[in-house]
Amino acid sequence: MTPQYHPGLHRFAMTLTACTFVLLIAGALVTSNDAALSVPDWPLSYGTLTPPMVGGIRYEHTHRVVAAAIGLLTVVFAVLLWWKEKRAWVRWVGIAAVLGVCLQGFLGGLTVLLNLHYGFPVEHASLAQVFFGTVVGLALFTSRWWLSDQPALEDRDSPSIHTVAFLNCGVIFLQVVLGAGFRHKNIPIWPHLIGALAVTATVTWTGILLRRRFEPVRELSRARILLHSIFGTQFLLGIGALWSRMSTADAPQPMPVMVAWTVIHTVVGALTFACAVVIVLLCYRLVPRTGDVAVAASPAETAAS
Amino acid sequence: MKVRHWAGLACVAGMALVLVSCGKKEESAENKAAPAAQPAAAPVDAATAGSVSGAVKFVGAVPKAKTLNMAADAACAGAHSGPVSDLEVVANASGDLANVIVYVKDGLGNRAFEAPKDGAQLNQEGCMYTPHIVGMMAGQTLSVKNSDKTTHNIHPVPKNNREWNKSQPPGSPNINEVFARDEVAIPVKCNVHPWMKSYIAVFKHPYFAVTDAKGSFEIKNLPPGTYTIEAWHERFGTVSQSVTVGAKEAKTVAFSFKPDSGD
Repeated sequence: MTPQYHPGLHRFAMTLTACTFVLLIAGALVTSNDAALSVPDWPLSYGTLTPPMVGGIRYEHTHRVVAAAIGLLTVVFAVLLWWKEKRAWVRWVGIAAVLGVCLQGFLGGLTVLLNLHYGFPVEHASLAQVFFGTVVGLALFTSRWWLSDQPALEDRDSPSIHTVAFLNCGVIFLQVVLGAGFRHKNIPIWPHLIGALAVTATVTWTGILLRRRFEPVRELSRARILLHSIFGTQFLLGIGALWSRMSTADAPQPMPVMVAWTVIHTVVGALTFACAVVIVLLCYRLVPRTGDVAVAASPAETAAS
Repeated sequence: MKVRHWAGLACVAGMALVLVSCGKKEESAENKAAPAAQPAAAPVDAATAGSVSGAVKFVGAVPKAKTLNMAADAACAGAHSGPVSDLEVVANASGDLANVIVYVKDGLGNRAFEAPKDGAQLNQEGCMYTPHIVGMMAGQTLSVKNSDKTTHNIHPVPKNNREWNKSQPPGSPNINEVFARDEVAIPVKCNVHPWMKSYIAVFKHPYFAVTDAKGSFEIKNLPPGTYTIEAWHERFGTVSQSVTVGAKEAKTVAFSFKPDSGD
């Protein structure tokens, strides 16, 4: 069966992506305002759905409400995918998103109930990035562009663009994890600083290879420029976030300047990771790997086997 | 190839998570063995007991107190007629340092002391903890009161005791908790109002005192002996000195903190 473009599905996926980005902002606000434990119980807040919205409760409860809404949206989207989508693997990605958002909620609960111990805040923050990457992927898979015919580009160089794009994505994810570890006081700052250098290297390498091998390809060129732009911004935001932390280290409470810098740095980090995910997916969509080309080039052999 | 990529990414992610998540050593106070019971010792003889008193000073320019921003909760901001300063460093122009807990660190041997029946008190008033420094004994009840018209959560973050985090809406009954082990000092915070900070110092004995506004303290009913007396401040750390107290002797000692003193 030929997969069909469903504008409604794609719009739903885009909405889910945008809402997830809002959820990332809400989560970053909780951490930066040291408000995660302002509501000691879970899943209810102070035993109710409508706790007093004062101080840190405002951040924590808002985060929970937005998260619950995202959970519902994800379930609805997975049901729509199962109903409308012809590609089984996309339907399963939708199921994976539901499992991811459920696990994420569970990790959030454990984070609160176990008083931020046992690494749960870092795991919660890291899974948030994976979930964001998943819904970004779903938005791409359901797009008209993904479903339309695309030219099969050739990449005979080594290492393959897939390998480099994957490496870039993995290093950015690692950096996001290190950032979460630092924010949650599990590790010092220096691993995150070294991670920034590693990301600089992989982003630059990915950009160079994309430009050398696929400069005329509009999608890959745009993605490359976008990745460089977001990462450049993120690097500067990182410097700003570090400065804001150092300059307010003696403050008796989280200061707005620190909260603003770190929240923006955190969510732009998520955008950087999402952009890297998109580049990986674009590479797989546009550039058949060597094995795929060989198989495609010999249908008789394929039929014989 | 594709499977290899995904597997590689999953391995990297998994390893990173494990490493970063386990970066901070988790110590479960619940899992620690209970402290061994101390052998019973002879009660302190009031006829021979002495005391240690004195004052704590800060040497150098006293750091300027920071103004708290309570705008996040109208009930907190409305509870004060003017700006409120944090209590991290409370010292007058002479350098007399308040909120220092002075205690016997060493010298009591294997004496065991019963925790008092009366509970130690910690009040939340004007979205500030009163007192700022609580001294209490292991096994003694800590009674936490909310005198405010807003909700608080009380969250001590001990290293050697069980951690807990409880909410206390206005008008709710006091929260009563016990710390089983000695620890100097347990930070207490309210995550609803992140400027609210306090410290609880827990001891196995009753020989401790918190300095008042004049930096003064007095530790009474101390049996004759040689002791290490330590003074702890939340920002400046600890200073200590050895003191020998004779029978019925009232010893006077002075402690001073400098900006770089402490651990």
